Amino acid sequence: MKTSHRRSLRKLVATSAAVTAASVLLAACGGSDTAGSSSEPSGSPDAVKAALEKGGTITYWSWTPSAEAQVKAFQTEYPNVKVNYVNAGTGNDHYTKLQNVIKAGSGAPDVAQIEYQALPQFALPGSLVDLRQYGFDSFQSAYTASTWTAVHAGEGLFGLPQDSGPMALFYNKEVFDKYSIAVPKTWDEYVAAGKKLHAADPKKYITNDAGDAGFTTSMIWQAGGKPFKTDGKNVTINLADDGTKKWTGVWDQLVTGGLVSSIPGWTDEWFKGLADGSIATLPIGAWMPGVLESSVKGGLGKWRVAPMPTYDGQPATAENGGSTQSVLEQSANPALAAGFVQWLNHDGGVKPFLASGGFPSTVADLKDPAFVDKPSAYFGGQQINQVLTGAASTVVKDWSYLPFQLYANSIYGDTVGKAYQAKSALDPGLKAWQDALVSYGNQQGFQTNG
Amino acid sequence: MHRDTKGWLFVGPFLAVFALTFLAPIGYAIYLSLFRDQAFFGGTVFVGLDNYVDVIRDPKFWESFGRVLAFLVVQVPVMLILALLAALAIDSARLHAASFFRIVIFLPYAVPGVVAVLMWGFIYGNNFGLAADLNDLFNTTSIQPLSGRWMLPSIANIVTWEFVGYNMLIFYSALRTVPEELYEAAAIDGAGTVRTIRAVKLPALRGAIVIATIFSIIGSFQLFNEPNILRTLAPNVITTYFTPNMYAYNLSFAGQQFNYSATVAIVMGVITAIIAYVVQLRGSREAL
Repeated sequence: MKTSHRRSLRKLVATSAAVTAASVLLAACGGSDTAGSSSEPSGSPDAVKAALEKGGTITYWSWTPSAEAQVKAFQTEYPNVKVNYVNAGTGNDHYTKLQNVIKAGSGAPDVAQIEYQALPQFALPGSLVDLRQYGFDSFQSAYTASTWTAVHAGEGLFGLPQDSGPMALFYNKEVFDKYSIAVPKTWDEYVAAGKKLHAADPKKYITNDAGDAGFTTSMIWQAGGKPFKTDGKNVTINLADDGTKKWTGVWDQLVTGGLVSSIPGWTDEWFKGLADGSIATLPIGAWMPGVLESSVKGGLGKWRVAPMPTYDGQPATAENGGSTQSVLEQSANPALAAGFVQWLNHDGGVKPFLASGGFPSTVADLKDPAFVDKPSAYFGGQQINQVLTGAASTVVKDWSYLPFQLYANSIYGDTVGKAYQAKSALDPGLKAWQDALVSYGNQQGFQTNG
Repeated sequence: MHRDTKGWLFVGPFLAVFALTFLAPIGYAIYLSLFRDQAFFGGTVFVGLDNYVDVIRDPKFWESFGRVLAFLVVQVPVMLILALLAALAIDSARLHAASFFRIVIFLPYAVPGVVAVLMWGFIYGNNFGLAADLNDLFNTTSIQPLSGRWMLPSIANIVTWEFVGYNMLIFYSALRTVPEELYEAAAIDGAGTVRTIRAVKLPALRGAIVIATIFSIIGSFQLFNEPNILRTLAPNVITTYFTPNMYAYNLSFAGQQFNYSATVAIVMGVITAIIAYVVQLRGSREAL
């Protein structure tokens, strides 16, 4: 018994040693060092034109509602180009797959949708192609200032903006009228409206916030905060700057007072709450009308849009969401991929994008009376784009996201979430978030200070 | 001595698949765990056992481990006792429509786990779900299955619902192998129902109980689907390190910390193997 036991143990050790050695070999062969292998920029505007005429096949990953129509229109215009459109999932699912194929060194699409907040995370490690080599930096005047900033990381230009999401206050007019609440112009009025509504009907809340990093960063942005600064390898994180404190000063009143609903966004309960009036307002990006129309049918005719409440009554807002299309470093035909991006967000692709209800980042469309003055039946005939395009021009300048914003968002619930759960002040949670981000940044090779 | 090599022909295909799908990934995970890769600057460096030292000192890892351990200690006995009672009842031949009960109890296991959790998510909903309706009915707000206090019991409830039928079937099939003569002998010796269960059925079930316990322990340590899906409904309650598997998943897919993630997976695998081995040793040596 004893000897056989020992023998089998020795055998096990021998086998595992052999296997480990084999897998080390395997890994050594297969593991390519992706860092620092980015090719020298060699493109030109002529190369894009030539590639579009010559044709070829590219793959495009996106979850935008307009992607399919755009690909179809593009292929009609350029019959030599075949675009394989793939919906690789929404948001994090998409990024997880994208990160995996980048890590694997093969299998990445030629063009991918990337949200503005995620752009630095993909651009800085060299996974995206700098589009300046194709002369795309000359398109600057076509886009709003905030989206143009958002497609840059460091010096590089890593995409052309597609949609934008300047924030506005969406509110349920039926609820406001019933409890005779005036549309708040300042955040103090907003808090007062929240108190009044919840006192009148404890089942109704001025808004929902279960802790959403994207919302928090946008609100800090609107308050003038600049918590994230990146300069090459140096990252500074300060989630207790004046802007952040200005926001928590207002928002803490709502959280600690139990005045915000704890329903997380994008759940069934959320859509129900938006339809039945239990969530009365949403400070959210200008892309929201399309979502309301398709997913909150019960809200037809009840919702209206107003400019974001501000701290001093002067118009100011922030971007919330929005995406760009970028060319992946792995692409075998980057010139063609860049041509597709140019068509999507600068040329023929903008029209099908607008037709699908998208909110543009292109200045010409934001000024087009056909777009601006169009009444919306869902919003009771209100010319909502007058409010929303107004918001597009009052976005606070010089915001930047972290170079690892997706990771930051993923641990928001671990840290700040505790404050939401306990209905306590958010600042200690933001401090915990900051500490976790500083140590992560340092582990990933940044010089992170906080 | 001449050794016949023909045997390799038969074992070979299995060994090849086994090595490729089982040993190679484990070996690769061990290899990964010895390095540290910086996603942005610096590349990959060999760090020896540093990752292991970090895991041993990582409060998040131990918090997640403690959580699944607490889950295991409470949920596994409850589930196995329910499964045992169901198996004994169906085997007792006193139940009308026994095969109907067998199917109904087993049915939840046939529901895909993800679908099951989504369904329970609707039931647990504090605002529009069954929980909300019950709160309205009794005019309270105290039924909060998705709150921090109740989340673990809520998950245990889902897992129990899912796996009682599976374990019941293991026990039931073990009971069917008991030879009829033993029951006759017990009856001749004057044993009643309870005595028959204790003297005949439970000893016959011992092997099945040990197996079911080991499976359940492994399942508990690997808890992932249920909390991961409920996370969208309760993002602040279920952290990214709610269970060790969720921690490993989020480390690699949200944080790109593949090396550390591999280390967490290996440490957890070793702990699971040790506990399962101890259970097996005790189970096969001692009477119940």
